[in-house]
Amino acid sequence: MPAALRPTVDDAEIAKFVALAHAWWDPNGAYRPLHKLNPVRLGFLRDALAAHFGRDARAARPLAGLRLVDIGCGGGILSEPLCRLGAEVIGIDAAAENIAAAEAHACELGLDVRYRATTAEELAAEGACFDAVISMEVIEHVADLGAFLAAACALVRPGGAMALATLNRTLKSLALGVVAAEYVLGWLPRGTHDWKRFVRPSELARHLRANGLAPKTLAGVGYNPISDSWAITPDLGVNYMVFATKSA
Amino acid sequence: MTLYRPEQDRPDAAKQWKAPAPLKSDVVIVGGGMAGLTLAAALGGVGLGVVVVDTQAEEVKTAAPYDGRTSAIAHGSMRVLKGIGLWQRLAGEAEPILDIRVSDGGSRLFLHYDHRDIGNDPLGYIVENTAIRRALHAHLAGLPSVRVLAPARVTALDRSRNFARATLEDGRTISAALAVAADGRSSPTRRAAGIAVTQWRYGQTSLVCTVAHETPHRGVAHERFLPAGPLAVLPMRGQRSSIVWSEHDDVAAAAFALDDRAFTAEIERRFGPWLGSMILVGGRWRYPLALAHAERYVADRLALLGDAAHAIHPIAGQGFNLGLRDVAVLAEVVVDAIRLGLDPGDAQALARYERWRSFDSMALVAATDALNRLFSAGFPPLRLARTLGLAMVDRLPPLKRFFMRDAMGVVGDLPRLARGEAL
Repeated sequence: MPAALRPTVDDAEIAKFVALAHAWWDPNGAYRPLHKLNPVRLGFLRDALAAHFGRDARAARPLAGLRLVDIGCGGGILSEPLCRLGAEVIGIDAAAENIAAAEAHACELGLDVRYRATTAEELAAEGACFDAVISMEVIEHVADLGAFLAAACALVRPGGAMALATLNRTLKSLALGVVAAEYVLGWLPRGTHDWKRFVRPSELARHLRANGLAPKTLAGVGYNPISDSWAITPDLGVNYMVFATKSA
Repeated sequence: MTLYRPEQDRPDAAKQWKAPAPLKSDVVIVGGGMAGLTLAAALGGVGLGVVVVDTQAEEVKTAAPYDGRTSAIAHGSMRVLKGIGLWQRLAGEAEPILDIRVSDGGSRLFLHYDHRDIGNDPLGYIVENTAIRRALHAHLAGLPSVRVLAPARVTALDRSRNFARATLEDGRTISAALAVAADGRSSPTRRAAGIAVTQWRYGQTSLVCTVAHETPHRGVAHERFLPAGPLAVLPMRGQRSSIVWSEHDDVAAAAFALDDRAFTAEIERRFGPWLGSMILVGGRWRYPLALAHAERYVADRLALLGDAAHAIHPIAGQGFNLGLRDVAVLAEVVVDAIRLGLDPGDAQALARYERWRSFDSMALVAATDALNRLFSAGFPPLRLARTLGLAMVDRLPPLKRFFMRDAMGVVGDLPRLARGEAL
């Protein structure tokens, strides 16, 4: 349990984290876009991980026993479902208040997800190792992409896998991912994304290969305004996901 | 399937309240009518934990006097029941509908639906509601993850962001990721959730009974549109038919007061000679006709099902069919959510259920209402129009086939169960 949830900490602090957890988990609140993206991300992760580790994706707990780390877990929106699919999940986030919020929520639901306020770099320095490393909508926010990916890749055990989701650096992503999402539709707070930090699939693949991983699957993620939902598309122009593996 | 644990045990709180240990399940269904129990069978069949709470004991609801009605089960609904494993228990009790004849008061023009127009499947089946209720209870008894609590009454349903908790009259509580209101057209659960309903009465009452008759029905279902309301004569197993006779309230009250022989004579007079003389079998029931449509189908951790969401005029025999579509869609969105690791009451899954169902049922509510108003009107030009309309539909095979396939429940954006696929 992190310091923030120990009984010695005053109630006002705990109330703050519970409020933050509620914000993270409000399907119509500030994190609505992430909730909307979650089903397509989870479907991609479940199918890719099941295929790579020789599991049946339709089984009740297709990820049973797999050790996963969710880097940049926020309030645990992705970590909790992965736990329900059977994985042993550690969610990490650099922001201690996110970790406290995520713990508060998992505790309320009785889910066995472990959370730690730390970074990929610190975890790698400890020599930690996982069956799969997952980091969704994170790399477009990191200050040093090369250093981040080197640490994240070091966390993948030989024969393991990595899944990343991010935004491509195209005119379309500038128009849709930044201008439309932040200024026209108001889905995201203004200034959420710096388009210059977006990563092209080719750049990402180069980084992954340099760190010993082979990209296997690239999938675009597109929004359908009629069904108000996201789905896998061949178009990598805006949001996309990559699944890569490390040789045994 | 993963069993969802909505909250941790709180031994301190339990001691304080001196309440019995809370039951936990994935889904709590308030109301054990045909729709609620079918949903329990669908979800329990794939291993989800389900608790059903009903105010009446099983023995009461499966006894003949409880419900004298039959259900017209469309072909698509049969597939849903088959996919859940219930049809196997019902097939022996179901009479296939091979032909539907729609006729209008004094006119001799027929709208004639023959199942051979669209293939070899029957247009649907007539099954007694009592048989459906018995099959459901027998089926649920074999599902280890389903519990039916009856007689029991839900006195409060608390819904938070993470779970719903039902409190029973005897102090027991049930917490679940999703609560389903399947407690009928006047749904107390829906009312407590503050979901408004659009409803109106028709000033009509349906008189329901079963008759045995001289001449075999040959699988023909008749719907006669009479000035006061429709008279449906539906083929049942044995040489019997189910009568649904709708009349203005005052006429219905007078007819209901007649003795059995005079009552069947009134039916024969309205229906005509096709089945010969009729004898009443079993009791008579009456149901006031009303239409109700909930303004929303979902709220946080709550979904409305069947008549709690939409109670339609029984004119087209679609009430239970609509309920089964609800079951197929709700079961599909819940199972899809669980297979992604999301919880069974996930807000996006519920939003998907609402989007998927509300268009379909609103369209049917409007269509059956319009049909009833059109056919109940005595105004001559309207009579001519509807006579011509019926004849026209009959002479335009592609259009008729489409209407028939729709009535059979096999068009539109179908859930997996209605397409004959596994959940």
